[in-house]
Amino acid sequence: MIFKNGTFTFGIIILFIMALAAIFAPLIAPFDPAGIIEKDTLAPSLMHFFGTDDLGRDIFSRAIFGARISLTVGLVAVTLALLIGTLMGALAGYYGGWLDNVVMRLVDIMLAFPSIFLLLAIQAMLTPNIYNVMVVIGLTSWMGVARLVRAEFLSLKERQFVEAARAIGCSDSRIIFKHILPNAIVPIVVAGALGMGGAILTESALSFLGMGVQPPMPSWGNMLMDAQAYLWDAPWMAVIPGILIFLAVLSLYFVGEGLREYLNPRKV
Amino acid sequence: MTKYLFKRLLQLIPLLIGISLISFFVIHLAPGDPTNLFTTPNVKPEELARIRANFGLDKPVIIQYFYWLVNILKGNFGTDLLTGRPVVIEILERLPATLLLTGSAYILTFLLAIPLGVLSAVKKNSWFDKSVTLFSFAGMATPSFWLALILMLVFAVKLDWLPAVGMYTFTLKDSPWFIRAWDVCLHLILPVTTMTLVSLAGLTRYQRAAMLEILNKDYIRTARAKGLPERVVIFKHALRNALIPIVTIFGLSLPDIFGGAFIIETVFGWPGMGRLGVQAVFQRNYPLIMGIVMFSAFLIIIGNLLADLLYAWVDPRIRLGEKKQ
Repeated sequence: MIFKNGTFTFGIIILFIMALAAIFAPLIAPFDPAGIIEKDTLAPSLMHFFGTDDLGRDIFSRAIFGARISLTVGLVAVTLALLIGTLMGALAGYYGGWLDNVVMRLVDIMLAFPSIFLLLAIQAMLTPNIYNVMVVIGLTSWMGVARLVRAEFLSLKERQFVEAARAIGCSDSRIIFKHILPNAIVPIVVAGALGMGGAILTESALSFLGMGVQPPMPSWGNMLMDAQAYLWDAPWMAVIPGILIFLAVLSLYFVGEGLREYLNPRKV
Repeated sequence: MTKYLFKRLLQLIPLLIGISLISFFVIHLAPGDPTNLFTTPNVKPEELARIRANFGLDKPVIIQYFYWLVNILKGNFGTDLLTGRPVVIEILERLPATLLLTGSAYILTFLLAIPLGVLSAVKKNSWFDKSVTLFSFAGMATPSFWLALILMLVFAVKLDWLPAVGMYTFTLKDSPWFIRAWDVCLHLILPVTTMTLVSLAGLTRYQRAAMLEILNKDYIRTARAKGLPERVVIFKHALRNALIPIVTIFGLSLPDIFGGAFIIETVFGWPGMGRLGVQAVFQRNYPLIMGIVMFSAFLIIIGNLLADLLYAWVDPRIRLGEKKQ
C-alpha cells in the first residue's frame, strides 16, 4: 500500500488540506483578504491567527486566498509545460532525424537562459498579471519533460508491441498516443508533481520581485514582497507565507517521489 | 581531444544564433516601441519619424535583427537608456561582484555536496542518510529569497552579527585593504550561505544516486569478493567512478546558480549583474535587459562547454574513444 510511505502520506494530507482551503476560501477566511480591518502589524493572536500586515489586513485570510492563487498558477503552468514537453518529446523521440535535432537544439537554447531572468524580462514587456504568469512559466519550463519523454519514446519505439501495432497498420498518431504514451505515463506524472512544486517556487519568486501576481490579489509570493521592510517590526509577515510555500512544494516533492517509488520500484 | 574541442566549438554557433533570435523577439514582444520611453505624446509626427529612423525602427524586423546582430558581433550592445553609457561597460563593471558571489557559492556547494552525497550512499538507510535526504528535500522546497529573509532576520536583525545588505561598509572606505577585504567577506557570508543551502540539496541527491549506482556494479562486488578492505573499495574503486557524472552537473547547475544570483543579489543589495538586471527590468531599460540576457546565456554556454571538456578529460572512455576513430 502506497500510504505505508510516511512522507508520501504527509504530502497528500498537506496538499488535501491546502486544496480544501483554496476551494472553500470565501467560507473559511474570517476576514476580507483585501480589506483593511485592523491596526497594522498586529502580532499573531486568537483574533488574527497569523497577525496583520503593514496595511492592517488579516494575514490568515490572505494566506487562504493566496493558496487559491498560488496553487492555481502552479497547476495551470505545469499542465501547460507537460502538454508542450510531452508533445515535443514524443515527436522528437518517435520520428528522430532532423525533427529530433531541431527540438533538442531548441531545448538546449531554452536551457541556456537563466530562466528567472528570462521570465522577469518577458513579464516586464507584457503587463504582469496572473494569466501571463501562468503562461510564461509554462512556456519556460517544458524542457525537462521533453527530454524525459523523448528518452522514453526512444526506448519504447523499439519494443515489439510497437512493431505489432505498425504491422496491423496503425497510423503514427495512433501509435504515439494510444500505444507508446500510456507506457510513458509514470515518469510524466512524477515530473508533473515535481514540476508543480517548481512552478509554485517560480511564481513566488516573480511575485516577490513584483513581476508576478499583482496586489491587491494575494499570492504567497507577493505577500512576502513588503515583508522585507518590516523584518524588525513584523517578522511574522516574512515567516508565514514562506512556510506555506515551503510546505506546499515539499508536499509535492514527497508525493512525486512517493509515486515514483511505488509505481516503479526497480529503478530506485 | 583537439577534434572534439573543434566539434564542440562549431556546435556553439547555432546555439548562439538561437539565443540571439529568442532574445531579439522577446524585446519585440513589447507593445508599442522603444521611442515611447523618451518621447511625450505631444511630440510632432515628423519628429517621431526622424527619431524612429535614427534607431532604424522604420525598417522591417528581420533587417533590424540583422543590424542588431552585426552590432553585437562588434561588441556593441547599445547604450543604457538612463545613464547613456555603453551596456557592455555597465555589465563588465558589475561582473566581478557577481562572479565573487556565485563563484564562492559554487565552490562551497560542491565541497559540501560531494562528501555528503557519497557518505549517505555508503551508509544507505542509516539515520545519517535519512537526515541528509530529508534535508535535501527541505532545501529543494525552500524559496531562496525567503531563506535570505529568514537568515537576515536572525543573523542581521535579531543577533546583529553580520551586515544585512550591500558589499561594503561605507564608513570603512578609507581603511587599509585588509580591513576592507575582511569587510567584504563579512558581507559575503549571508548571501553565499543562502545560495549554497539552496543549491546543495539537489546536488547532494545527485551525488548520492551516482554513488549508489556505482556501488551496485559488478566490479565493486568483485573487489569485495577478492577480499579488499572496504576503505579501498569505496575510495579507490567506487568514488573515482562516482565523481565522473558530477562533472556534468558542474555545467548543468550553472543556469540555476546564475538565476539564483538575480534574486539573491536583489534581496541582499549586492552590487552585481543580477541586481543590475532586475533594476533594468523595472526601468524597462531594453538595451540593458537584452545585454544581460545575452551575456548570462553566453557565460552559461561557456561554462557548459568547459564542463563537457572536463568530462571528456576525466573519463578515459571518451578520451580514448576519440583517439580510436
